[in-house]
Amino acid sequence: MRKIIFVLSLLLPLGVMAAGGNVHLDKAEYDLTDKASLQTGAKLFMNYCLGCHQTQYQRYQRTFEDLGIPVELGQANLQFTGEKPGEHIKNAMPSESGAKWFGAPPPDLTLVARVRGADWIYTYLRSFYVDESTKFGVNNLVFPDVGMPHALQELQGVPRKTTEKMLIDGEMVDRYVGIKADGSGELSAAEYDTAVLDLVNYLVYIGEPSRLQSEKIGRWVMIFLLVLLVLVYLLKKEYWRDVH
Amino acid sequence: MDWVEYRLPIMRVANMHAIQYPAPRNMNFWYMFGFLATIVLVNQIVTGVWLTMSFTPTAEEAFASVEYIMRDVEYGYILRYMHSTGASAFFIVVYLHMFRGMIYGSYQKPRELLWLFGMFIYLALMAEAFMGYVLPWGQMSYWGAQVIVSLFSAIPVIGPDLVIWIQGDYVISGATLNRFFALHVIALPLVIVILVFLHIVALHEVGSNNPDGTDVKRKKGSLSEDEKTNYKIHEYYTDKYDIVDDIVPFFPHIVLKDLVGFSFFLLAFCYIMFFNPEMGGYFLEHPNFEIANPLKTPEHIFPVWYFTPFYAILKAVPHKLGGVIAMFAAIIFLALLPWLDRGKVKSWRYRCGLHKWNLMIFAAVFIFLGYLGGTPQENWKIIASQILTIMYFGFFVLLFIYSKNERTKPVPARITE
Repeated sequence: MRKIIFVLSLLLPLGVMAAGGNVHLDKAEYDLTDKASLQTGAKLFMNYCLGCHQTQYQRYQRTFEDLGIPVELGQANLQFTGEKPGEHIKNAMPSESGAKWFGAPPPDLTLVARVRGADWIYTYLRSFYVDESTKFGVNNLVFPDVGMPHALQELQGVPRKTTEKMLIDGEMVDRYVGIKADGSGELSAAEYDTAVLDLVNYLVYIGEPSRLQSEKIGRWVMIFLLVLLVLVYLLKKEYWRDVH
Repeated sequence: MDWVEYRLPIMRVANMHAIQYPAPRNMNFWYMFGFLATIVLVNQIVTGVWLTMSFTPTAEEAFASVEYIMRDVEYGYILRYMHSTGASAFFIVVYLHMFRGMIYGSYQKPRELLWLFGMFIYLALMAEAFMGYVLPWGQMSYWGAQVIVSLFSAIPVIGPDLVIWIQGDYVISGATLNRFFALHVIALPLVIVILVFLHIVALHEVGSNNPDGTDVKRKKGSLSEDEKTNYKIHEYYTDKYDIVDDIVPFFPHIVLKDLVGFSFFLLAFCYIMFFNPEMGGYFLEHPNFEIANPLKTPEHIFPVWYFTPFYAILKAVPHKLGGVIAMFAAIIFLALLPWLDRGKVKSWRYRCGLHKWNLMIFAAVFIFLGYLGGTPQENWKIIASQILTIMYFGFFVLLFIYSKNERTKPVPARITE
């Protein structure tokens, strides 16, 4: 038993996850089985992100099929570039222009959820605020001096770092209460959070489109291996019975 | 069958090495990791062959071709995760296998050469893993290669030219990727397979050690009939030795025992592979999902977890060449273990208390060094890794000193369990 604990302690550091980042990240409770959420996320991505950011490793057709969107419907409503459904999800922006306009070409987002993590994107997209000193008039708490405009401003409204007057210890003070939109957006604050979550869900999906299939197969494999383990163990016991 | 056997001794070799091979009956779970390492090697070769079919070893296409495997190749993601999980699994089982050798003294006489072959396998495996990690051409592939290859520039006189020779370019580039691909898929696997073959042949020549360290092969004619084993053992062994009645044949007994361990291993392996292939960023580092960009240095550059103990030793020494020497010395000292340990008793069961503590602390030091080498540097960590580096080498120094006149317990004449 002591030895087993010892072996486990050897393996322990592998499971410990490194904590990272200075900014507190909100937890993105995404759900890859929620097709409606993924479809909304896809719609948001194609309309608000794809203009600048490609997902060049993923094909339209695969996306439509995995998200339960009929291919004709998807092509008509979501595919703005390319002609065939089997084409990769790219945009028409030359990367030299991107570099000229934004300082660097907008990165490909196929794997952004695997690089940054869902929580990071979820927080990032909700952390833009007005900052007139920057090129695009907005800055970001999670990504300071970010080189892109607030692409979802039409939905969120104009977000500002907001302070409120509060009575603390008998004194009226201005206290920072976070970023609040001015109400000019199409969505309410809660609706915006949900929309961002849908978008995050889609980005997680596109980062690893085989995730659900992998887990589906994995469950059967685990069941098979458990049965195998029992059988092999019994067989071993039988053969070793006579060994003193 | 006889026709073939007459011309090619398939059954004779199988009997000799895989069926009627005498194995001590007290081999415990520590003894399954060699078997598991072989299985993982086969896994790496088979999945590697299939990955090669769709991988493009150029700086322009490598990253995209990995994503092509992940998305467009039928079950390509399973092949890729089998290979990437297999790489980490290989090092887990190899580290456990090596530690088994250390606690039961399997490196001692007459198994010195066996241990050396093992160390060569370990070195080849590290080169293999390092080059394999460059292939997906992500940020960590690129910058990790940059860090490791630039170590060679610390070598006096020839260093800078050597780096260019290794890279095949003035910087890490497509030329480097292409040659690493060649080495990763052909040269090093061949070397590893040959070394594993020699490792096994050498093992079967001297016989397996066991947790008691009691030899199960005795001088011919030294045992009475009822002390000898009743199992059918190949003449290759019985002609030369009397085999004590403390053994079981490799098949079916050891094979079945290993299969139980193998099932446990597969459960863990498949769980990671199907449900958590990134393993929290340890098996697949997050920054490596971003394509290599020579103009953008990542905030932190870490090697994969299995290199981090040595990386910590490298960084602990505040002098580049000194660090490189310390890092390689850490491996050379391990290889010299058969000669640094002057004890006559093999297993830690019958050695002095200090030896047990020394081994345990060594294992802890190794793990803690791994933690330090795999997390962002802070001031306390530099000092900690320096202390731990000294402790790492201290293990060998202590062992060399106390093993000379060590107070040991009597080793049982027969296996006890």
